[in-house]
This record gives sequence, structure tokens and C-alpha cells, in this order.
Amino acid sequence: MSKKVYSDAKSALDGLLHDGMTILAGGFGLCGIPEHMILAIRDSGVKDLTIASNNAGVDDFGLGLLLQTRQVKKMISSYVGENKTFEAQFLAGELELEFNPQGTLAERCRAGGAGIPAFYTKTGVGTLIAEGKETKDFDGQTYLMERGLTGDLAIIKAWKGDTVGNVVFRKTARNFNAPMATAGKVCVIEVEELVEPGELDPDGIHLPSIYTHRIFQGQDFEKRIEFRTVSDG
Amino acid sequence: MAWTRDEMCARAALELEDGFYVNLGIGMPTKVANFIPDDMDVNFQSENGMLGMGPFPTDNEVDADLINAGKQTITETPKSVYFDSAQSFAMIRGGHINMSILGALQVAENGDLANWMIPGKMVKGMGGAMDLVAGVKRVVILMDHNAKDGTAKLLKECNLPLTGAAVVDDIITELGVFRIGDGGVHISELAPDVTVDEVRDRSEATIVTQ
Repeated sequence: MSKKVYSDAKSALDGLLHDGMTILAGGFGLCGIPEHMILAIRDSGVKDLTIASNNAGVDDFGLGLLLQTRQVKKMISSYVGENKTFEAQFLAGELELEFNPQGTLAERCRAGGAGIPAFYTKTGVGTLIAEGKETKDFDGQTYLMERGLTGDLAIIKAWKGDTVGNVVFRKTARNFNAPMATAGKVCVIEVEELVEPGELDPDGIHLPSIYTHRIFQGQDFEKRIEFRTVSDG
Repeated sequence: MAWTRDEMCARAALELEDGFYVNLGIGMPTKVANFIPDDMDVNFQSENGMLGMGPFPTDNEVDADLINAGKQTITETPKSVYFDSAQSFAMIRGGHINMSILGALQVAENGDLANWMIPGKMVKGMGGAMDLVAGVKRVVILMDHNAKDGTAKLLKECNLPLTGAAVVDDIITELGVFRIGDGGVHISELAPDVTVDEVRDRSEATIVTQ
């Protein structure tokens, strides 16, 4: 068995969690979230967390579970609209919130993972997001400097992975998982199906194994749907 | 007579062109997709990581791994492709998306847009809106001409926090189609029986008729 393979979320996170750490959590809404590791982090009791995640889950699922237990000190997100616990704690001044435009958050992770400490973007120029940030003109247009983002730990959900850590995501569950996986000092991935090396097409791998430090197969994914919208066909 | 919401969406659909890659905002802009002619090939981008977005699924097609940026379940089409969030916003910020149709709280006559926060109310976040307005080639706003309390939304200057500065190209409301241009908001088209005076009465922005 590869040294990267662990049996479950608890063992895969063993020794990696400490109070005050920064965690990058993949997912968009509830789609593609590392649900087993979120539960294990809750059960570990680690606190004062800074979590970068596009969203903050819902009250009783996803990152909302870590808000309920007050383990989160600060969120870095682009949209937190679906969570009443979040709203209550934020309005009471118990939770810090740093809004990042969604593309800025994604690019900060990509840059952080690629060793790029900062970059310039047009996004947010002339808005509240620009306050206190350096701007620079290129070719007659003003751009805003944003910093690359890294974390102590990236918690990532993928569809299939092999035991050396190559992984494939599925449909729109890829989202922030791929860039965040590259930006964690340690990256732990939970997959729906763990396979032997050679079983995944090397040309179709979304995240090369070099980014993966630990991997495990989760059991019984709930994969909750936030807004089930159907047509009559 | 002012346009209905369906007529506004149908009018917005006329702005699209064959072969366009388009990002539709949440709410009324999403409905523009229902008014695309069958023979027109338009590719919808969903900023959570998909091109070639399909309609809502039937009950047994529902897939938790397949949602749009509003977190609603959707379907794929033969043209669909999936990618990560950094790639998605590289498309948006790199100017590869032809058009975005978005809602608005306020638009100023210089093209400033406010559509993400109201001070004193809980702020949900800007999501991808700041990226879209900064990067997409053409930004079309689809909105009610006035707020629910009747106040003007087409203003000389926005008094709500901006989503982007000087980013709006066109505005479609129930009263007509408008373009941000020299000297203010230019009337491109009026809904049937709507007069220039009515537009001026219901706007604070400088309305230019030619």
C-alpha cells in the first residue's frame, strides 16, 4: 500500500490539525465539499480556524457544522448567503469575514500554489475591495494587486483517485478543489473510489499526484443538494 | 405600454449573437435562455466551472455533482465541458466571454454598477459579479427601471457600494433599451407607447435622445 493512503478522514488528518491554522476547503456551495474531513475536523475540536472556501455551507451541513461549534475565527469567501448561523455570528461580531471576489479567490489559490506571491487584476478596481491595496497602471488601465494565498492544509474532495494520489474530479464538483489542492502546505484528498495506479487514464488526470500528500476513500457520501430544481422533461 | 418581464427577457435575448459565449446572472437574467431562437448557437458559461450548460434535469436525471452558479441542479449537453474555478475565471477575466447579462440595484450614467451590497443589511457577498463586470467583453444590465418604492435606479452617481466602475455597456428595463455613452444614458429603443418624458421622470441620470 502506498504511504499516502489512509483508511478514513480521522487517520488522514492525524497530526495535521492545530488551533489557529488556515484551511483551504474545496467545494462550491455543497457541491464537491470534503464532507468526511469537515466532520473529522469538527470532532477533533480544533479551533480559531481561518477557512478559505467559496461559501460557508448551510446551517447543518458542510462548513456550517464548524460554525455551529464555533471552531471558525475567520472565513475568506465570495458568497455566504445560505447560512443563518453565519449571519448570526457575523452580526454579533464573533466571526471575521474577508470577502474575495470569486475569481480573485480562485486565482489567489492558483497563484499561491504556483509560487506567485501576488498578481494584478482589474476585478474590484474602484470598489470597497480595493481599499488599502496597491494599484498599478498597465497599458492605460488600472489594476489591483492581490496576494497569492496558501494554507496550512487543503481539504479536497475528488471523484476517483489512485493510491499514488493522481485524482479525477467529476462534473461541476471540480470547482475550487483543483486550485486549492495546489495551495495547501499539506493536501489531503477524500475520494469516492480509490483505485490502483494505471487504472486512471494518465491523459485524463485533473490533479497530478505531486500535490497530494494523503488520500482516503470516504464511505457513504451524502452529497446533499442545495437547490433541487427539476423540469417535467 | 411597458414591457412585461418575459418581453424584457426576449428583448435581452436579441442582444445575443450566433456563436456567443455568455454568462447569465442569477434571477431574471437566467430566464433569457428561454428566449434564444432554436437556430442560434449560444454557449452558456456557469462560473462554478462549466461551458454548455443545459436545462433543469428531470427527477431521475438529478446529479449532486452538476449544479449552476445559483447552486441549482442542471444538466449537460453534447457541447458541455467542465473545468476548475481558476480556469473558469481565467475565461471571464481574460475577456473570452462575449457577454454577461446581470441584474442591478443601481446603474450610474458613467456605467458604474452597484449590485452586491446594501450598507446596514446582511451582505451575502459579491460571488463572481466583480470578476464578470471587470472582464467580460460586454455587460448588459437587465433590471426593473425603478426600485420597489419607486426610487430611480438609473442615477447620476451610485450611492451604494460599487461592483465595478464604468463597466456597464447597455441597460434593458421595462421602459426600453439604453446605452451608456457620451453625456449620459442614451435611448437605443423605447417599449411601445413609452415616451422620453416618462423615461426622464423615472430616472435621475441624464437621458440623451440621440
